[in-house]
Amino acid sequence: MSQPPLLEVEALSRRFPVRNMLGWKIGSVRALDGVSFKVRPGETLGIVGESGCGKTTLGKALVGIHRPSGGRILFEGADITGRSRAQRRAVAPKLQYCYQDPGHSLDPRWTIRRSLREPLVAHTALSPQDRDARIAGILEQVGLPLTHLDLYPHELSGGQQRRVGLARILTLYPRLVVLDEPTSGLDVSVQASVLKLLRALQGTFTLTYLFISHDLAVVRAMCDRVAVMYMGRIVETAPTETLFAAAKHPYTLSLLAAIPDIGGRRVTDTFTLAGEPPDPARPPSGCRFRTRCPRAAAVCAGSEPPLRPVAPEQSVACVRA
Amino acid sequence: MATPGDNLLEVESLRVSFRTEAGTARVLDGVNLALRAGEIMGLVGESGCGKTTLANAILGILAANARHEAGRIRFAGEDLLTMPRRRMEDEVRGRRITFIPQDPYGSFNPLFTVGAQTFEVMKWKSPLRAPGAGRGIAGFLSRYPRARRRTDAKAIAQMLRAVQMPDPAAATGKLPHEFSGGQRQRLMIALALLPQPRLVIADEPTTALDVTIQAQILKLLKELAKSGGISVLLTTHDLGTAYEICDRITVMYAGQVVETAPVDDFFRRPHHPYTVRLLDSLPRPGRALSEIGGEVPRLIDPPAGCRFHPRCTRATAICRSEHPPVTQLASGHEVRCYHPLTEAAPP
Amino acid sequence: MRAAPAIAAKLLRDPSAALGLLIILLLVAVAVLAPLIATHPEAVWDMNPRHRLLPPSETYLFGTDRMGADIFSRILFGARITLTIAIVAVGAALMIGVPIGLISGWRGTWLGETLMRVSDIFLAVPQIVLAIAISQTLGPSIENVILALSVTYWPWFTRLVHAEVRALKNETFIEAAVALGLPTWRIVLMHVLPNVLSPIIVRISLGMGFTILTASALGFLGLGAPPPAPEWGRMISEAREFLPEAWWSALAPGLAIFLVVMGFNLLGDGLRDVLDPRIRRGNTG
Repeated sequence: MSQPPLLEVEALSRRFPVRNMLGWKIGSVRALDGVSFKVRPGETLGIVGESGCGKTTLGKALVGIHRPSGGRILFEGADITGRSRAQRRAVAPKLQYCYQDPGHSLDPRWTIRRSLREPLVAHTALSPQDRDARIAGILEQVGLPLTHLDLYPHELSGGQQRRVGLARILTLYPRLVVLDEPTSGLDVSVQASVLKLLRALQGTFTLTYLFISHDLAVVRAMCDRVAVMYMGRIVETAPTETLFAAAKHPYTLSLLAAIPDIGGRRVTDTFTLAGEPPDPARPPSGCRFRTRCPRAAAVCAGSEPPLRPVAPEQSVACVRA
Repeated sequence: MATPGDNLLEVESLRVSFRTEAGTARVLDGVNLALRAGEIMGLVGESGCGKTTLANAILGILAANARHEAGRIRFAGEDLLTMPRRRMEDEVRGRRITFIPQDPYGSFNPLFTVGAQTFEVMKWKSPLRAPGAGRGIAGFLSRYPRARRRTDAKAIAQMLRAVQMPDPAAATGKLPHEFSGGQRQRLMIALALLPQPRLVIADEPTTALDVTIQAQILKLLKELAKSGGISVLLTTHDLGTAYEICDRITVMYAGQVVETAPVDDFFRRPHHPYTVRLLDSLPRPGRALSEIGGEVPRLIDPPAGCRFHPRCTRATAICRSEHPPVTQLASGHEVRCYHPLTEAAPP
Repeated sequence: MRAAPAIAAKLLRDPSAALGLLIILLLVAVAVLAPLIATHPEAVWDMNPRHRLLPPSETYLFGTDRMGADIFSRILFGARITLTIAIVAVGAALMIGVPIGLISGWRGTWLGETLMRVSDIFLAVPQIVLAIAISQTLGPSIENVILALSVTYWPWFTRLVHAEVRALKNETFIEAAVALGLPTWRIVLMHVLPNVLSPIIVRISLGMGFTILTASALGFLGLGAPPPAPEWGRMISEAREFLPEAWWSALAPGLAIFLVVMGFNLLGDGLRDVLDPRIRRGNTG
């Protein structure tokens, strides 16, 4: 692509210490281990994986909630991995994080108006009139009436709280939004409206999305490219349709095989992946998926396979792909 | 429609409401359900549709502010709602009807080993225990005879192998937190099947699990149920799960049953407008996202007649005043609608 | 806050909390209006040996003490002293304790731990002993009593705030504020502090009761204001030698202390019930 990437992540790592009862460090969990990828402006990149794969840690590390143990994060070409708080704060308006339930990001004691004004007060020098004008515009985009400004979060329905949370992020006109499991736990019909809203907002505000989810069906509907994670590493990246039609990594194939297909074959008749992910504090040597992989061979226990391109847009971390 | 004699479980015109600070919530409004022996029935609906309340009503564990207003629940010919509580506790709940809860992390007491908790269940719910045995002060000494304990222990070991617990022999000595979510659900399945029940109610058993583990658990549940001839009532909001293992599907909306059908027929040819819109809102490749406008109604002052009418494009005057009666369509497919769709739904 | 009238209404529905509130309001009214209500305002400070140790009667509602002063009037004026000590001591403890608690709770790591150890040290000092030491050095007075009380009470606020802030740090909306890039001072003052306010308010009420009790004990030991100040604790001490004949001279101040402390405790408990679930969860159920 001709445009430079908006976000570049290089060998990002994040380790959490594992402590015993006395509080001594007895090991560490590599929640993120050498994760690298690029996000182009305007695209939606999906980060997919099951619990423990590190996708939430990744999202939080990108916006500074977690500090990386290693690697680099480059946003708009500038290195933002540094520990300086002021540096982080300068970037924050353009690189935003959206919680699974954005309504929970609101202070329960603040009116909606105050919560929406706050990012503008802290980060911009807009006059009060300009602030309120911007807020009114964004409320309209998310489909909330202006009368809600004087209410408290608990006076709104869950869906409305969610929209306010989204609006708050948008007040700063960010460039990239990390969406952490935006549809988890939602009913199917609510999920559809949330996804439609996210799509519409992406167009109106020219947003780039990092879409973190465990739900492959949703990812397929929303994302241009997908990166699959397992135990802290990326095992495959590809454009969405390529991933669903011609995935190469055995874990991706298992993941795809596990998705119910209404009207088609039954997963419970064909599914073969057994066992569970190993203890993250003691990952297997070499490829971490080898304990469950149907294609595992002796070579897999040797060293961690690097993520290497196998097609113009597709990369796989497997020596047996 | 099967004759009454075939049904293991029959719910007839059940009406349940809850008294809350804000008013009376009419949670179940004339619910009918029929479940045959050995059948896996999916109870599908979104949050607030009443599926969990229905499951609780069958088990007799409704909250204190619940009021049973009308209707009956018949299990193997007996009315559960009028059964004396002692008999319900002793013979039915946890014994002939067992329960697999949704949250694998809250179901075990964190202080006792899994083995201790399993034996505790078997003490009272083992299939070898005579009804009423060992109760009260008089029964104290004969509560858990050694011979029965030994037989139960063998049954437990066998069941742990059947649910594919890794290292079953060591499992009984471990504490609950040493198991993952998927393993705990396997344990819950084991606990639900050990009493040799006739009906297992599984309340969203895989919602909290990863998709690969979910596939394993569903497969296990289906195999064990079918091989034991056990009926399963599976509540879920995930249509994919329902498609996977259910023989028949019942859809609920805001406390009313809207459609019942055998699984393949259901997904190929849904008839109720809500069901159609629900299936349409599943994200599908190559198809634009579609949503159902509006919101689920509050149950304190629900819409009259068919509760879906405010969001239905086909609603007419009668929909707004009268709850639609059951319309029988082909081969066991029932719908409650004055204007059901009859064209086939897109695959 | 918009929720204030609703909170007040809910509080008044609880009979013991309403009683507590009533007592406190009475105390404040009495302290403010003492010169107007007292039957013998002039006799509070003067000596009147002819009328000493008279039992309760129509003229002297609670009787007279060993100096001939009207006990009723002394009690009323004593309310001023009591209230002043309580407000200033708890207020000072608040001013010291809350900021320290905020810093230590938010920062964690070595700064937080150090501050908590410091507060532990102060907590280990018995108030009475410290008050005696201060009085010995600086002389008995109300100011020294207040000093001793604030210096030993501030750790209660610190520990409370520290624990609450630690818990709040994990709340989603606080984490979201950090992610939004808001400056730390803003987050702490405008998001954390308001959410910690409820337990602080409860602790203030309970602290007032506790402080009054301790101040009375100090007064009893002669460490408070020198005579003839009508401090309740000192009044009991002075009445000691005339018991049990002149029982009224000890009973009145004793009852006053009892009522006021109970009032603050009831109010504090009532506030705890009303404030916590309502505001924390943000809705009525």
